[in-house]
Amino acid sequence: MKKHFVKGCEAIAEAALRAGCTFFAGYPITPQNEIPEYMSKKMPEYGGVFVQGESEVASVNMVFGAAATGARAMTSSSGPGISLKSEGISYIAGSKLPAVIVSVMRGGPGLGTIMPAQQDYLQATKASGHGGFRMIVFAPSTIQEAVDYTYKAFDYADRDRNPVMILVDGCLGAMMEPVVLPEYHDNCNKKADWVLDGCSEREPRTVLSVSLTGEPQEQFNIEMAKLYESWAEKDTEVELYEMDDAEIVLTAYGTSARIAKTAIDMLRDEGIKAGLVRPITLYPFPSAAFENLDYKRVRHVLDVEMSIPAQMVDDVRLGVLGRAEISTFGRSGGVIIGVDEIVQEVRGIAKGGGF
Amino acid sequence: MDKIYGRPESIKNRVSTYCPGCLHGVANKIVAEVLDELELREKTICVLPVGCGTLGLFYWNVDMISSAHGRAPAVATGIKRCSPDKFVFCYQGDGDLAAIGLSEIMHAANRGENISVIFVNNSIYGMTGGQMAPTTLEDQHSTTTQKGRNPLTEGYPMKMCEIISGLEAPKYVARFSMDSPKNIIKAKAGIKKAFELQIDKKGFSFVELMSNCPTNWGVTPLESLEWMRENTLKVFPLGVYKEVE
Repeated sequence: MKKHFVKGCEAIAEAALRAGCTFFAGYPITPQNEIPEYMSKKMPEYGGVFVQGESEVASVNMVFGAAATGARAMTSSSGPGISLKSEGISYIAGSKLPAVIVSVMRGGPGLGTIMPAQQDYLQATKASGHGGFRMIVFAPSTIQEAVDYTYKAFDYADRDRNPVMILVDGCLGAMMEPVVLPEYHDNCNKKADWVLDGCSEREPRTVLSVSLTGEPQEQFNIEMAKLYESWAEKDTEVELYEMDDAEIVLTAYGTSARIAKTAIDMLRDEGIKAGLVRPITLYPFPSAAFENLDYKRVRHVLDVEMSIPAQMVDDVRLGVLGRAEISTFGRSGGVIIGVDEIVQEVRGIAKGGGF
Repeated sequence: MDKIYGRPESIKNRVSTYCPGCLHGVANKIVAEVLDELELREKTICVLPVGCGTLGLFYWNVDMISSAHGRAPAVATGIKRCSPDKFVFCYQGDGDLAAIGLSEIMHAANRGENISVIFVNNSIYGMTGGQMAPTTLEDQHSTTTQKGRNPLTEGYPMKMCEIISGLEAPKYVARFSMDSPKNIIKAKAGIKKAFELQIDKKGFSFVELMSNCPTNWGVTPLESLEWMRENTLKVFPLGVYKEVE
């Protein structure tokens, strides 16, 4: 397999192109600028369309229009921009259209910092827009995973006719790793029975998220609730690392998970039995991984995030349900967690917990 | 006997639910007639706004997409860029286009997107119950300017044809009125001109249709037409603001 040495943001863009993405619209915001820049250069080579939108709002609405024609469409941004795109993401979800949204996280709230952080877990998983819709949210922790999940994200979006989010932090967006790139294919929805392509020899179609009476809207909500529930069983992805005999369970995603793994290796050298539960899908959240822990052995769960206060820990609590002590450790604002800091934290837990 | 007048195929056979005397019905019809005459119906994708214009969903017999408030030109950009062989038009009101959607319309126009925009201007927010729009006249009463629009605090009516015709890229920018049969015939000719430009891949066209709102103006349908002639049409002069051959 030929390996390419690629930067995270560019790898995501290339994976999207190889997945058949033929429309990209985006707006400049750090730390994701390499995605629209790469798209502007490469998209024409793949026969697709790149538009630099006049705003985040316009960009996501261009994606909304493109998706309605059956094109595989994508946009990307960072937290402040995702806030602006949230209107459009809601309309995409409410209109049952597929699209892929990439969020490359930075420090926040407000303008925050342009450095890597994981401040947008709640935005990604709970409410990326109004109206209570959900999206599958993938959180890769390597550039290879960023490639693989971006590539897959289009299939999930098409399958469900629902937006899918790729959530990475600025670290993953900016660093370089060797990756194997997937084969190009030209999948699209042009032949689907919902695309707008003119009512030639068929009845006119409408793409809409509006309902003038309550019942059809409720029916839509019920259908979508079933879809969201179906993800839990078939689409949840989680990695367990050194979990067979773990007494102290770390949980982290994305860049934090990579750092946590290194810390776990060091802790194990010291005889501390630490392990990692790494959610790959943040929605659906891998609750079962926490529900099924052996709580006779596991005494403590340490949630590690580049976010203060921690955000994922709310979901962790719902899995653990009080059966082990939970604490959090995080840095934020663009300060990357140090391996030593995690080791120190776990040593303290091990000492205090009488392991 | 030859049938010389009937319901255009691009309009569904449905009873209108617009308010009595509302000119949206006229706008819907003349657009539909042009779609028929240019044989565009089967390749048309209509992008609807938020507001009374959304009700076009019930009447046009073409593919349609319902966009977020003000975003129709961005949605149309995505559609047209992916399907350049389809006919794409936006149908927007004055709150939608000139307030919340000002950015989207200006930039779609400035990019010279090969789309057509029908802009229905009745100087007020209709669907939400008569609030001030960017196009509301000086001293005009609305539910949010109950003593009349005060230019010192609420600014002046925004004239979109004048603004958009200042851009380099648009190919056709014109304002018509629907207050009389004569003006409706002119408006229809303007819509046809705009649509033909898109067919010929010439670029962005913008047709403003001066309209009314008897319900929220608090007048009868006939009085609303008089009010247009005495007030709105004096502030928003009719005419072709830009035409590039």
